[in-house]
Amino acid sequence: MRKQKRVIPGFGLSMGVTISILSIMVLIPLASLAVYTARLSPGEIFETLSRGRVLSSFFVSFLTALVASLFNAVMGVILAWVLVRYDFPGKQLMDGLIELPFALPTAVAGISLTCLTTDQGWIGSIFARWGIHIAYTRIGITVALIFVGIPFVVRSVQPVLEKIDGTYEEAARVMGAKPAVIFREVIFPEIKPALFAGFGLALGRCLGEYGSVVFIAGNKPYYTEITPLIIMSELQEYDYESATAIALVMLFASFAILLVNNIIQDRNSRIANGTR
Amino acid sequence: MKAKKLLIGISVVFLFLFLILPLVVVLTQALKNGWNAYVTTVTDEYTLKAILLTLQATVAAVVINTIFGLFAAWALTKFQFRGKKLIGALIDLPVTVSPVIAGLIFVLIFGRQSVLYPLLQKLNLKIVFAVPGIILATVFVTFPFISRELIPVLEAQGTDEEEAAALMGAKGFTIFREITFPHIKWALLYGIVLCTARAMGEFGAVSVLSGHLRGKTNTLPLHVEILFNEFHYVEAFSVASILVILSILLLVLRSVIEYRGKKKA
Repeated sequence: MRKQKRVIPGFGLSMGVTISILSIMVLIPLASLAVYTARLSPGEIFETLSRGRVLSSFFVSFLTALVASLFNAVMGVILAWVLVRYDFPGKQLMDGLIELPFALPTAVAGISLTCLTTDQGWIGSIFARWGIHIAYTRIGITVALIFVGIPFVVRSVQPVLEKIDGTYEEAARVMGAKPAVIFREVIFPEIKPALFAGFGLALGRCLGEYGSVVFIAGNKPYYTEITPLIIMSELQEYDYESATAIALVMLFASFAILLVNNIIQDRNSRIANGTR
Repeated sequence: MKAKKLLIGISVVFLFLFLILPLVVVLTQALKNGWNAYVTTVTDEYTLKAILLTLQATVAAVVINTIFGLFAAWALTKFQFRGKKLIGALIDLPVTVSPVIAGLIFVLIFGRQSVLYPLLQKLNLKIVFAVPGIILATVFVTFPFISRELIPVLEAQGTDEEEAAALMGAKGFTIFREITFPHIKWALLYGIVLCTARAMGEFGAVSVLSGHLRGKTNTLPLHVEILFNEFHYVEAFSVASILVILSILLLVLRSVIEYRGKKKA
């Protein structure tokens, strides 16, 4: 291959700086994780992962993240729809507010949601009358994860909804389709890939979430102990082998979500470009 | 328009319950024991030290990630080379990793069981359970925040203008200052705001690397945690209110920048 002459200057410098900082901050840390993992024996890893407490933490983390993300998928579409299609006073404020979970420190969200949902809290006391407890149960974890995940779905769906060509919708309406049918047959297929992307992002974030959950969860073993918390307690006991083994499972899970997401996006952009 | 009213209603109720009430709770709980108690907690020695450390970590994250973001955006958008996609994926990697795992990674590199540990001790350098660890963790979790905003803007702008300037003999830095920078000004500011918000609130990763030493390795979120776990609820919410006010300010700033940026474009 003939070396192409680059017109714009600064390739060497900018690549050099980029690769150096990337190595220090990302590559070396990841390599050290790989090296450390290689030193663990498979037996040790298996022993750690088959502990009842660890297994049930996987279950709790996955279940709550999934339920919260499914809820957010529905709520996110409603919010995006309202923000794109309707005009009403306070819309700008609502749009800005969606971003709050990105800006508010997770620990602050954690303590204030806990305070709201204990049996004495403003919301918790209402539900407690029917015998539903939110804080210190799996419902509480799910509530915290809904808070954390909602902007991911809204911000994925919103731009796509803004760009939808209105002519198909109009055609469907003229031909007498009901609004529900129009949404299901015309609009939903358009926003589906973006919705999947947002769902994937939210799910990935929820699986790893720690700050907002530790306060509201109550952290009872086998019931409300999430996986990041188990990693944390192994670290506090200086049991780095167990912590790493559990972390590997979580890393694989988040990479799997990322991969599936990329495959879906890739296929969709190929369909959109007509090069399937 | 029954559907419109219903959907707006659902949205408003959801946002009120999940986003507005938590903010209101923080402020009412913080002021529960009156204004004087609030001021005492907020100006407490440990709170001030926590503010200082949070500020240090945030500034470090913004500076390092801005430098990286500018160089990376230039390298990835102005030139064609192999492995571009891989570099892009690696830049984004830190945000897909759970914060607790991010902390764990740095403990593995610099902690007691690491091969580097004897060397660090000889140099009398403490990273884990010390300020450098907190700063490293903060930079790591916010790593792609600025480059991610710059790259799409420069991608869309293309390379024609820079090429023309270079052919007419402009130097690299002049090209950047006169041509590229005006394009990315708003995106850069936007990235800085997002990076600041995440950096000041980082909890999981910082929690792993901090020894939770009050007045030494305690950031604001960690200080909130300690107070809350000691059942000093009013104090915890008072300190949390500082973070609430800061995040609302950042949100407003974000909206202004977005609006200004859109108007320019």
